[in-house]
Amino acid sequence: MDIKKITNRLLRFIFYRLIVRLVVLIVLGLNVRHRNRLPTTGPAILLANHNSHLDTMVLITLLSSRLLNRIKPVAAADYFLSSPLKAWFALNIVGILPIKRQKDTPDEDLLAPCYLSLEEGNILVFFPEGSRGEPEHLKAFKGGIAKLAERYPAVPITPVLLHGLGKVLPKGEKLLVPFFCDVFVGEPLYGFKDRKSFMAQLEERMAELSQEGVFPPWE
Amino acid sequence: MSVFCVGPTVLWSLVGLYGILVAATAIHFFLKKTRPDSNFREIGLRIRSWWVMVSIFTLAMLLSRNVSLFFFAFISFLALKEYLSIIPTRRADRRVLFWAYLAIPFQYYWAGSGWYGMFIIFIPVYVFLFLPLCMVIIGETRNFLRSAGTLHWGLMTMVFSISHVAYLLVLPQSGNPGSGGAGLLLFLVFLTQSNDVSQFLWGKSFGKRKIVPSVSPNKTLEGFIGGVGTTTVFAVLLSGLLTPFSFPIAIVAGILISTAGFVGDVTISAIKRDIGIKDSGNLLPGHGGILDRIDSLTYTAPLFFHFTYYLYY
Repeated sequence: MDIKKITNRLLRFIFYRLIVRLVVLIVLGLNVRHRNRLPTTGPAILLANHNSHLDTMVLITLLSSRLLNRIKPVAAADYFLSSPLKAWFALNIVGILPIKRQKDTPDEDLLAPCYLSLEEGNILVFFPEGSRGEPEHLKAFKGGIAKLAERYPAVPITPVLLHGLGKVLPKGEKLLVPFFCDVFVGEPLYGFKDRKSFMAQLEERMAELSQEGVFPPWE
Repeated sequence: MSVFCVGPTVLWSLVGLYGILVAATAIHFFLKKTRPDSNFREIGLRIRSWWVMVSIFTLAMLLSRNVSLFFFAFISFLALKEYLSIIPTRRADRRVLFWAYLAIPFQYYWAGSGWYGMFIIFIPVYVFLFLPLCMVIIGETRNFLRSAGTLHWGLMTMVFSISHVAYLLVLPQSGNPGSGGAGLLLFLVFLTQSNDVSQFLWGKSFGKRKIVPSVSPNKTLEGFIGGVGTTTVFAVLLSGLLTPFSFPIAIVAGILISTAGFVGDVTISAIKRDIGIKDSGNLLPGHGGILDRIDSLTYTAPLFFHFTYYLYY
C-alpha cells in the first residue's frame, strides 16, 4: 500500500470515528431501534430514505469500524465529482462509489460499478429515492434496487428509515440545527421473485418502520 | 483547603447519595432473587441510569464551578433539543431555532458572571422580543403564533428555569456560610429528584385515588401526599447540613419543592399527552428522555431559587 492510500485511510478513520461521531453524539443525538439488524459483514446493501448529506455519515457511524473500508455509499458522479476538491473528499474521505445518472449508450448498465463492488464483498449504502428532494418527504423508490436484488438474491438488503436529518441539514443549507434523529432498522430482505412484488415488499417494510415512531409535523 | 471545590458538608452529602444508590441496587438485587416471577427490568434500568447521572453530576460538582455551569448548560441544551424534536416546528424557522439554541451559552454566561439583572431579563425580555423579529424578517406567517409561542415556552422552561440551578452556584458565600451555593444546589436537585422517586413509590404502594386523571392517570393523591411528607422530612434533615434554613423555613422549602415538582412533572406529562407520546426520548434507559427526568426541576428550580434569594440574599 502506498503512502497516499494510507494517509487517506487514516483521514477517513479520523473523519468518521472522531468528527462525525462527535457531531452525531452532541449536535444530533440518535434514537436507534433494532441496531442488531444491521449487517455485520459484506456483501450487503443498506437501503435508506434520503433527506440530507448527513444520512450517509450517520449510517456509516452505526456500523462497526472494522467495516469502515468496505462501506460504499452509492452516489451521483455528476454531483459529487463536479469539482476537484469535492471529488477528493467524496472519493477518499466519504468513500463514495460514484455512478452516472445518464446513459452514454443505450445498452450501458449504470449499475455496473455496484455489481463489481458487491462482488468484492463491500457494503453498499443505497438511496432508492434518487436524490435528497424535499426534506422529510418520502418519494417513490426507483427501480435500480430491484435490479440489484434480482442479480444478487443472496445479498441481504436492510431497509433503514431515517427521520430528522432533513431538519438538521436539508438540501441547500449549510447551517446545522440540532435535533434528535430517529434511525429505525428493518428486517433484512432476502430472495427475489419479481420486481413488482419486491418493490411492494420494500415499500411495505418502510411503511411499517414509519409506524414505529411519532414524527412531529415539519412544514 | 480541600482538593475539591466544595466544602466538607457537600462532600459528605455526595457520599450519602452513593450510599442511597448502593442501597437501591442491593434492594433491587434482593427483590430479583426472592421474587423471580415479578418483572424488575424497568426498575433495574432506572437504577443503572441513576448511577450514570449521579456520577456525572458529582464529577461536575467536584471538578470546578465552571464545569458545573457547563454541565447545567448542556442539560439545558439536551432538554431544548428534545423539546424541539418532539413538537411541530416550521421549516422556515430553522435559523430562528438556531438563534434559540444560541441563547443557552449567553444565559449561562450571565449566570456564571453573576450578572443578576441580565440573567433575569435576557430570555423573558430580549430573546422573547428578538425571535419573533427574526420570524417576521423570514416572512412566513402560517402558524406564526404557534411557532413563536411554543419556542418561547421551550426557552423559558428548558433554559431560563434550569439556569436558576446554575445561578445558585454564584450566590455569595455569606448567604449560606456553611455550604455556599453548592450546598443549596445539592439540596434542590436531591430533593427534586428524590421527591419524584418517593411520589412514585408511595403511589405504587398505596395509590388509589387519581389526582389528575385526564393528564397523568398514574398519579395518585396518596403518592402526592406521601411524596410531600417524605420530601419535607428530608428537607428538615438536610437543611442543617446544606442550607442556612431554620426549622420552619426548611418545612416550607420541603413543601415548596415537593408541590412544585409535582406540578412540573404533570405539566410535561400534559405536553406529551398533547403530542401523543409516552416518553420524550430514549436518552436515559428506564426513565425515557431528558425531559422525563428534569420535568420537575423546571418548576422547582426558579421557585426554590427566588424563595432562598428573597430570604437570605
